[in-house]
Amino acid sequence: MAERRLWIAAALALLSVAAFLTWGLRGNLAFVLELRAVKLLALVQVAVAIAVATVLLQTISGNRILTPSIMGLDALYLLGQTLLVFALGGLGFAGLDPRVRFAGALLTMIGIAVAVFLPLLRARRSLYLMLLTGALLGILFRSLASLVARLVDPNDFAVLQGVSYANFGTVRGDLLAFGLVLTAACAVLAWRQRHVLDVMALGPEAAIGLGIDWGRAVTGLLVLVIVLVAVSTALVGPVVFLGLLVVALAERLTGTQRHAVLLPASACIAVAVLAGGQTILQHGFGGAATLGVIVEFVGGLVFLILLASGHKR
Amino acid sequence: MTGSPITRKPAVSGRTTAPVALCLFLALCAASLSVGVADLSLEEQGASLDTVLISRLPRTLAAVLVGAGLAIAGLIMQTLARNRFVDPGIGGTEQSAALGVLLATVLWPAAPILGKMMVATLTALIGTAVFLLLVRRLPPTQPYLMPLFGLIYGGVITAGVTFIAWQMDFLQYLDIWMNGDFSGILRGRYEILWATAALVALAWWLADALTIVTLGKDASIGLGLDYERMMRIGLFIVAVLSALTVVVVGMIPFVGLIVPNLVSRLRGDNLRGTLPWVALGGAALTVGCDLIGRLLRYPFEIPIGTILGVVGAACFLWFLTGRHARG
Repeated sequence: MAERRLWIAAALALLSVAAFLTWGLRGNLAFVLELRAVKLLALVQVAVAIAVATVLLQTISGNRILTPSIMGLDALYLLGQTLLVFALGGLGFAGLDPRVRFAGALLTMIGIAVAVFLPLLRARRSLYLMLLTGALLGILFRSLASLVARLVDPNDFAVLQGVSYANFGTVRGDLLAFGLVLTAACAVLAWRQRHVLDVMALGPEAAIGLGIDWGRAVTGLLVLVIVLVAVSTALVGPVVFLGLLVVALAERLTGTQRHAVLLPASACIAVAVLAGGQTILQHGFGGAATLGVIVEFVGGLVFLILLASGHKR
Repeated sequence: MTGSPITRKPAVSGRTTAPVALCLFLALCAASLSVGVADLSLEEQGASLDTVLISRLPRTLAAVLVGAGLAIAGLIMQTLARNRFVDPGIGGTEQSAALGVLLATVLWPAAPILGKMMVATLTALIGTAVFLLLVRRLPPTQPYLMPLFGLIYGGVITAGVTFIAWQMDFLQYLDIWMNGDFSGILRGRYEILWATAALVALAWWLADALTIVTLGKDASIGLGLDYERMMRIGLFIVAVLSALTVVVVGMIPFVGLIVPNLVSRLRGDNLRGTLPWVALGGAALTVGCDLIGRLLRYPFEIPIGTILGVVGAACFLWFLTGRHARG
């Protein structure tokens, strides 16, 4: 039953991918197709990264309305990058290979996140307190990143100003291949842990009783989440509510919380939303750059409704 | 800390602290007057007097007025929502005001500042009223739910504002309203802020009624207060104060949250006694953060919105995690 529903999600994803590649095709076919294929690759990668990261974070924190961005993880990536600029100086930073830059920001990010979020996730305090703390940490990191950026070079803070919303229209290409490898590796690791995740969803006491090394598992999964968020933030910018939206949809569609179904279903729906939404906006409304804002708006409303209806499984 | 207010007695006596606090505040203002790129001692007397009168004094006065206004707006908003963790930036008031300024600028580009101000007030009124209506449905046993709801509510309005700005090619202007900054304040550009003083005075006049509102609807009505009318007046004060801030300097986060919480810890919850402290504290915090923004990377400036984003979020986290969290 759930498996059959999974095929619906996969079909939706394939359909939007096909539409993205072929709608309104004209001119030099090879050129257009190559351009679109590269964009599509980035979109699929971001979709998979966000879907998997959200599912993992929701499972280890034990609630279904959390996304990595609500906890301020994407802001942490920006902060990591600005701290790196601060440490190396603008010129030294610009001289680095983008992959080295990314790795440096990633390491800074993992360091801070493990120090800040691990105690928060371990404590498993009241759900709303944890969410509020995460949201405030996000504001704190974002303001710190913008503060440090201004300290580095008061005239050149545009780098950060431009990335308060995700932009799916123009994808930063220099990290594409590198990010692809990372995303694939993380997705495979998460997939191999799917049965462990099913057990972890029962909560720490039950999971430890069933033989899971809770502390190690949470740390490992948190690092996976961070890498995935870093990849998607580096490629398109911060995306707050997409994960919430797609995981909630995947759960409704498949009617199960088993990770063997939930992980691929969320990824497929994320691909469908991003590729499909981008296609429709590009050809229907001619304003493709605003998909990020629309996802934010709709996702925010969904989040408010979930909060107000006391939804807290 | 629960959803209902806890009435505390003052922990610090006012007789000794009041003069000290006033001196500190005046020292901050003096520092704000003396810091700037132009060196007052080098210039001729007439020129340096002009620098002070045209740029420094208006800037300091604007910071004092905006800070006092926002702190009072935060206090009133916490009274109306019966939750200590909301303020105009967290309940969507400032974001709605920004929406109003944007709409006014798009639809009526030649509007005088008073026109923009009225549109911003109107949208701020609607945005805050919707927020207050929505949070009435939230369970009062979850005090952290309301600020979380407010933050996301503000985020949704911001997404709407960004969408409109994007469509209308106004994205570059957006930052002016979304990130508060006093660097543009000169003589002739801030005078509308004096309305803040009148509204703070109005709040002071209503202090006793507002204190009763914190007891809740039934208790207020039992004590002979027209509860709904007080809600409307309070809403109006909050909306006008926020709209004034957004129109003149742009959004400034967290002032309305930090100051009333700190004052409540030190001075208790009888608004007749604490209101002047809240106003003074808000003014001092704003002048101080503006000063920090000017000194951190002298001679460049960092907008106060950024500074208060860091300071405010850190303070809020401290309120949540500290021993005080339970009141």
